[in-house]
Amino acid sequence: MAARRGSPSVRLAQLTAAKEILLSTGSGGVGKTTTAAAIGAQVAATVDAKVLVLTVDPAKRLANAMGLKTFGNKEVRISPDLFLDAGVEPAGELWAAMLDTKQSWDDLIARHAPDSGVRDAILANPIYQNISAKFVQSHDYVAMERLYEIHTAGNYDLIVVDTPPTRNAVDFLDAPERLADFFGSRLLRWLIAPYRSRVVSVASRPFYNIADRILGTQFLEDIAEFFVLFQTMRRDFTERAEAVSRLLGGQATSFVVVSTLEAAPVREARYFLDLLHERKYHVGAVVLNKVLPSTLLDPDATAAAKSMVAEPETIAPHLFEVLDNDEHAPRMLAEIGASYLNYQVVAQREAELRSELGTQAGTVASVPYFSHDIADLAGLLELGETLWES
Amino acid sequence: MSTALLDRRLLFVTGKGGVGKSTVASSLAILAASRGKRTLVCEVDAKGNLADFYGTNRLRFDPTQVQERLFAMSMDTEASLREYLKLQLHVPLVGRIGPLAKAFDFVATAAPGVKEILTVGKLAYEVRERHYDLVVVDASASGHVVGQLAASDAIRELVSVGVVRAQTEWMTELLTDAATTGVVIVATPEEMPVNETLELIDRVDTETGIDIAAVIANRVLPELFNRDEEADFERLDTPEGRAALVGATNDGAVHVIDGARLAVDLRRSRAEHLDRLAAGLPNGMPLILVPYLFTRSHGIRTTRQVAQRLGEEL
Repeated sequence: MAARRGSPSVRLAQLTAAKEILLSTGSGGVGKTTTAAAIGAQVAATVDAKVLVLTVDPAKRLANAMGLKTFGNKEVRISPDLFLDAGVEPAGELWAAMLDTKQSWDDLIARHAPDSGVRDAILANPIYQNISAKFVQSHDYVAMERLYEIHTAGNYDLIVVDTPPTRNAVDFLDAPERLADFFGSRLLRWLIAPYRSRVVSVASRPFYNIADRILGTQFLEDIAEFFVLFQTMRRDFTERAEAVSRLLGGQATSFVVVSTLEAAPVREARYFLDLLHERKYHVGAVVLNKVLPSTLLDPDATAAAKSMVAEPETIAPHLFEVLDNDEHAPRMLAEIGASYLNYQVVAQREAELRSELGTQAGTVASVPYFSHDIADLAGLLELGETLWES
Repeated sequence: MSTALLDRRLLFVTGKGGVGKSTVASSLAILAASRGKRTLVCEVDAKGNLADFYGTNRLRFDPTQVQERLFAMSMDTEASLREYLKLQLHVPLVGRIGPLAKAFDFVATAAPGVKEILTVGKLAYEVRERHYDLVVVDASASGHVVGQLAASDAIRELVSVGVVRAQTEWMTELLTDAATTGVVIVATPEEMPVNETLELIDRVDTETGIDIAAVIANRVLPELFNRDEEADFERLDTPEGRAALVGATNDGAVHVIDGARLAVDLRRSRAEHLDRLAAGLPNGMPLILVPYLFTRSHGIRTTRQVAQRLGEEL
């Protein structure tokens, strides 16, 4: 059966050929960004294609690995020299961009605002400034919006997106819809009514009285102004949000769920996989990072390790010739036997978690623990190679 | 001289995602309770993980007692708002809270800091009212926690008058008092968690003025060998050495040697990051090490083990 379905390697290579957008998702700390970058680098290295890696990672790690000093909203090309330095003649082009939330929001407002007066008023509104600069969830919408914009411009064969580090991995999927709902809500109209008419209905007066006591008039007026101004862009925003939703659910897009084999990330990955299936999104692959080798579960090795722990003094003499009759040999043997058994416990735990995930996912690619950190393009390509071949 | 970790009254436990924040928060709380402190532990991102660490049912806004002197709750900003309105503003709105909560949801979504302030406000309130000796917060990950901790300042920028502004003043005072409040940053000795920890120390300092009580390095791998043993291992990990060990045991012995090599490599690369972390900490900031636990379970047993290790260090 394995042969008919093909190895994960073929599937990952095929996936990148068949899709225009790959979204790398998963909980924090599982190697999402690195995986996205490695997939992008590997495709650019092996296929005559123009590839963009779009990251939202505020840690700017990708910039370092790609030899970029600055890394911003504008897409920049990774120098082919870096590929050559890594011993690879790239068949395609690798580009990278990082999401600048504030800048992207400002661009968005500038594009949709009906006139320069509205644009300037929104940009100057304190509520807007806070939303665009600080508000974490505003990452979600604007990241997907930016993806849509880049995809529509049609400059790339493949866009690999490192999704925002949301508290909940699905927030960004809902973001466009939430925004559309928001504009459609009666509540919004209710909220801005007093600002427009200066007449507060009897029904809503208690709310305003309380809100006023809690928050103060100025703040309420800032909020109302913001909503009123935003309302002028309602149609554009709603249409756009719907288009973004369609793109995420469409033929061109696939999701790569990244996890390590630890309890919390696996739980999140399972939850996310369920949700993607339920909503009929395309799941292309599951990538498991930092996986311990299966040789840690070998029965012979387990027996050997146990005897090394139990009777190192008996085994040590057999090693005299190699170890020069060393007095430290027994303790060393006992230590490595014990270490094997320790890691076996973790490997067993991983195997269990893996089987839980396996039932949900078609293509699973495993990446072993690398003894060094990925610090440059060569490292990304090594990881990419592993993903393709695993 | 900074106040000892468990002698503070409010601890925010944060760190990069996946480093074991909840493990450390739940263990610190167990430790404090075992030392006689009436302790509340609160999870802020309602993922429902904290309950697993105590082997209890899903936590709610109303604290559940999980063992002697130890209470656990899950943050719910709407419930926090309701409580706030009732206790602080004496708004008799219990029946009519529905539409207000909905409206609040939109205001909170649009106005950053509102949800955060209700979270931090509730916790600070428990401290101020002395309902507990210690409140341990399983806070947001490093990417979001600064926004949470700086919420009272952010609100003050936006709101110039009103009750909320007055509320933020006592909160800021409580939060920035180093004898009362501290941030605990958890890191694993790996590249990104260490980078984020060092960045976060800087940001907490400049953007919130809240004291960092300690950095906890979690999952520190054990040193396998002393120097002599390491030399022996290098001789064992040769074609001749492998053959000899296979002869003395069985064919599987090569996997044992590979396993030891992996353990040594991992330990080595992590030791570098641990050194980098230690070197990057400001003078006098405590660094507490928690060893990697090679255990099967994730539940209460593990939590107790980590608590015990922390107890040896604190």
